[in-house]
Amino acid sequence: MTAVTLVVSFLVVRANTDGDPVTQSGRIELAGVTKRFATPGGDAFTALRDVTMTVEPGEFCAVVGPSGCGKSTTLTMVAGLDRPSEGTVTVGGTPVAGIGRGISFMFQTDALLPWKTVLGNVAMGPLFRGAPKRAAHADARDWLRMVGLAGFEDHHPHQLSGGMRKRVSLAAALINEPSILLMDEPFGALDVQTKAIMSNELLTLWDQSRPSVIFVTHDLEEAIALADKVVVMTAGPGTVKDVFHIDLPRPRGSVQEIRFGQRFTELHHEIWASLRDEVTRAYARTSALANRTDAVEGARS
Amino acid sequence: MTRRRLAVLGTQVVVLILVFGGWQLFTSLKIVDPFFFGQPSGIVRTAWDWEQHGTNFGSIWLQIWTTMEEAIFGFLIGVTGGIVVGVLLGQFRFLSDVLSPYIKAVNALPRIVLGALFVIVLGLGISSKIVLAGFLVFFVVFFNAYQGVREVDGNLVNNARILGASRLDVIRNVVLPSAMTWIIASLHVAFGFAVIGAIVGEVLGAQHGLGVLITDSQNNFNTNGIFAGMIIIGLIALVAEWLIGLLERRLLAWRPQMASEAPAA
Repeated sequence: MTAVTLVVSFLVVRANTDGDPVTQSGRIELAGVTKRFATPGGDAFTALRDVTMTVEPGEFCAVVGPSGCGKSTTLTMVAGLDRPSEGTVTVGGTPVAGIGRGISFMFQTDALLPWKTVLGNVAMGPLFRGAPKRAAHADARDWLRMVGLAGFEDHHPHQLSGGMRKRVSLAAALINEPSILLMDEPFGALDVQTKAIMSNELLTLWDQSRPSVIFVTHDLEEAIALADKVVVMTAGPGTVKDVFHIDLPRPRGSVQEIRFGQRFTELHHEIWASLRDEVTRAYARTSALANRTDAVEGARS
Repeated sequence: MTRRRLAVLGTQVVVLILVFGGWQLFTSLKIVDPFFFGQPSGIVRTAWDWEQHGTNFGSIWLQIWTTMEEAIFGFLIGVTGGIVVGVLLGQFRFLSDVLSPYIKAVNALPRIVLGALFVIVLGLGISSKIVLAGFLVFFVVFFNAYQGVREVDGNLVNNARILGASRLDVIRNVVLPSAMTWIIASLHVAFGFAVIGAIVGEVLGAQHGLGVLITDSQNNFNTNGIFAGMIIIGLIALVAEWLIGLLERRLLAWRPQMASEAPAA
């Protein structure tokens, strides 16, 4: 196993003379990406239009935008679960074709297997990658300790609180030591306090291995508190409207307190000004649609 | 035992006494003709007679064992086949698109009639009954397994694939356990079908079995014999139901609370 890894990294070093091979594999590039879906009615629905963005190795990039602007679609294409209709998605210098190795994904809803124990869930990654059972379990125990869940190894997911389940998901995502971590509103369903605690913990763990992150959220404060870069997307079909660099120093400390800082407030104002138009537009569109449906139904009755 | 459970059990006993006591009473008073409707005391006498002196086809235990053997083997074959084919078709869209009209056509046949064919092809021994029972069980389990596989949460599958799971890993770790709730629910109904298959097969032609015993009673206008056979089959089904319940509790131990799956038929 180690021998193979050595050979592979040797080859990668030979291929990528311009950068550190390990961190280089975390580079994500989307160039002119358009994604259309066929609606049940047979029409084409454009979810993303001409999206171009780059995430540097080790960069924490947050993507904000109104609901339905194709944020999640972007993630599925980086993960290789879906292909763009036009344009290219490149990860670590190679175009994405199928599911990549160095990527982990944290979904909005729990993706834990309810029939496996907490330990079994976290150990899945190494087991699927061919690690022996004993090593995978030892590894999983370490990760559970790191997310503060030592002693819960034999519980089943339904016995845990929402926050604890998120910790398990986080451990399960990080145990494969990904160079890219994709997160789709991972803390969206949590209460405000738990969300803050989880955000702090995410930052601590991220800092240890520094994978590149794309963090999709609709919570602008969360985005600014966590990220190096915030990408604002337009109302659907989504495209990149603005990119803001968050120059708050790291380590940032508690996300609850950072938001009282002056620079944080300035950034918040600036980005919100950009985001507000899109949110308003998306809202106007859905309410117009609702009114039209009402009118049609009113005419029927 | 809680008070509630005690009350349930007590009422169950009262219902049993009322039904059989009333039956005995009405037939004794000749309000209902025992020749057509049997009589509990007569049923017990018939069963006791079978136990003591054997039936026209050998010992009663041989008849019971023959039917159970047919039902159990048919059940195992049908369940295995149903799960395998259900998972395969659920996983491979092309295969299911190709086969679905044929499966629907075969399912629409009155499958019991096939028993007549099996008796001709496989003879009067137990194999023709096993095949009929297995055939009936197969469709029940197959449709549930197929539906269960189709209902698997796409997120769970995607997550496993991103973590590095192969197709087989996904089936073993995600698809099968997820479909298991559906499959287990079908087992309760499926065992009933296995017994039906075995009995019908025996009625169509056999040398031993409870179905033969019931047909023989019918030919002799022995209603008590028919009822005795029915009650024995009912007891077997109760035991099987209890065993499947145990299996269910074991396989689905991870579930938050046990929703009791009552047999649908």
